[in-house]
Amino acid sequence: MEDATPRIDQHDTPQGRLHVVRGAWTAADLTGEAVWEALTAQLKGLGAGAGTSAGWDLEQVHKLDHLGAQVLWNHWGRKWPEPIKVEPSQRAVLETVAKFSAHAPAPRSKPGWSEPFILLGTRVLRLIDHLKGLVRLIGQLLLDIIRLIKHPQEGPWRDLSGHLFHIGATALPITALVGFLIGVVLAYLISQQLRQFGADAFIVNILGISLIRELGPVLAAILIAGRSGSAITAQIGVMRVTEELDAMRVMGIPRGFRLVMPRALALAVVMPLISVWTTIAALLGGMLAADISMDVTPSYFINSLPAAVDVANLSLATAKSVVFGILIALIGCHYGLRVKPNTESLGQGTTASVVTSITVVILVDALFAVLFKSVGI
Amino acid sequence: MSEAIVDIKKLWTVFPNGDKKAVVHKDLDLRVERGEVLSLVGGSGTGKTVLLRQMLGLEHPTQGEITVLGRPAAELGKRGAASRVGMLFQQGALFSAFTVLENIAFPLRELKTLPHALVREAAMVKLQMVGLGPDAADKMPSDLSGGMIKRVALARALIMDPPLLLLDEPTAGLDPESSDSFVALLRSLHRDMELTVVMVTHDLDTLFELSTRIAVLAEQKVIVNDVPKEVVAFPHPFIHEFFLGERGQRAMELLREYPFTV
Repeated sequence: MEDATPRIDQHDTPQGRLHVVRGAWTAADLTGEAVWEALTAQLKGLGAGAGTSAGWDLEQVHKLDHLGAQVLWNHWGRKWPEPIKVEPSQRAVLETVAKFSAHAPAPRSKPGWSEPFILLGTRVLRLIDHLKGLVRLIGQLLLDIIRLIKHPQEGPWRDLSGHLFHIGATALPITALVGFLIGVVLAYLISQQLRQFGADAFIVNILGISLIRELGPVLAAILIAGRSGSAITAQIGVMRVTEELDAMRVMGIPRGFRLVMPRALALAVVMPLISVWTTIAALLGGMLAADISMDVTPSYFINSLPAAVDVANLSLATAKSVVFGILIALIGCHYGLRVKPNTESLGQGTTASVVTSITVVILVDALFAVLFKSVGI
Repeated sequence: MSEAIVDIKKLWTVFPNGDKKAVVHKDLDLRVERGEVLSLVGGSGTGKTVLLRQMLGLEHPTQGEITVLGRPAAELGKRGAASRVGMLFQQGALFSAFTVLENIAFPLRELKTLPHALVREAAMVKLQMVGLGPDAADKMPSDLSGGMIKRVALARALIMDPPLLLLDEPTAGLDPESSDSFVALLRSLHRDMELTVVMVTHDLDTLFELSTRIAVLAEQKVIVNDVPKEVVAFPHPFIHEFFLGERGQRAMELLREYPFTV
């Protein structure tokens, strides 16, 4: 078997230097790292060689495919060398490459001075576009809810119960675990500080207010945003990729009523329940840690909790959770409906959905804190 | 005897089907020689696509051996596999996040030995060889028509000039005109690039236009593997139904009536 390494032998003849191309010039052979490096070095050396060229001989080539032909063609500076000895089949391959290489791809133009401004403008416009979409979704949701109240028998009740289960019931273990651990950590840290002032009993007030009013709802909302917000975006996004959304539209099934509303309602119901559940788990954790580190007994903890935390805090937390739930659902649906039919857009949409919903949850929570600063404290 | 590109010996494919087992292939033998265009034909559920996937090493047979280009098919999916076998999937399977040119260049670029400019040029050559203009290079797959997707997928399958090309329903979902031009393209590429082609198709036009041989799958094996003329004459109920049955007759009648009904 002859040597398949693509290479060029040079022979000095009276007419000048003759280049004899040997070996297999195929994609499989050329892409070997060592082979390619050796060949590039050799091709470079050829250009520098002195003396007149007596042409090229390709008849010794074992095999020539389009990639090999491209390498040779580029080396020849995109024109036929003279004289050349070549077999008809090789000439055909070279001619194909020559014909199609005429259109060398134009390099991308470099960014000019106006680029940052255009970028900023696109960003602002995109933000406005997102806000418009969100406002439209909220409006549509209101109209759909009115329709549901008028014709309750038409409602997508099975969907709703499915979402209640998938978003709510299956999230119970993880939210309980996270809530419990946060409660333990918080109580332990606070107890260290309080002991310095001998204000041990105040741990009930601090834990009660912070967990019931703030941390419980926000923690639950962040967990659900990561868990279910992404799922909503991915579900609706895949429906876009597989043209299911178009199919629904063609059949005259409104996607707001069938897709957005059940999810928004399910989250509006589930979110306060999960929030209460997380809060209870966190309080349990806090109670346990307080008992262990400060000897604040559970019975004292439970008895003094109603006095420490005003009932208004509970209604505030519930109201907050409903708003969080609806926002998570709407943001998830918003990004899901904007997914373009390709995989990259699906990934970007899901990421953006989670990041946006967590950010919005925290922003809205801050807004609540400012608006209701005189309630319940 | 010329060189065997694909050689399948005593192949068994068994799928678990509840408690029972569904035997798809039973002692199946098939041999594809260099330069042939072999079409796999058979009723639904006879395991044509499964056979194609087994040739690619995507699925493993229960028993028996498949040799592709002198090596076991299971070893195919290694570095540089694109230089041995090209596959045109039924839906194209283009990477939707890449542009057309990036899709075509992908197998070559992933090897990371050749400079970018050369890879781009090689991809541009293949893009134009399948009959698309250079302006299609920067489009995204979602902006392409069905025929264009097939062409781009074909260009990607051919980027490293593999000697063997597998096609799964190459003309399914194309309108008659793009189907005809795609068949013509496949035929010219087969001639120019000395390809060996194995394809699965239900389209009788494609079948007769391209095939140099037809292998009929029935009764869990290849019942006949011969030139089209001989296959059509082979006495078997499936072949009778497929080529000369209602469908073939209807197609011919439509052909005859066509100028008058329009």
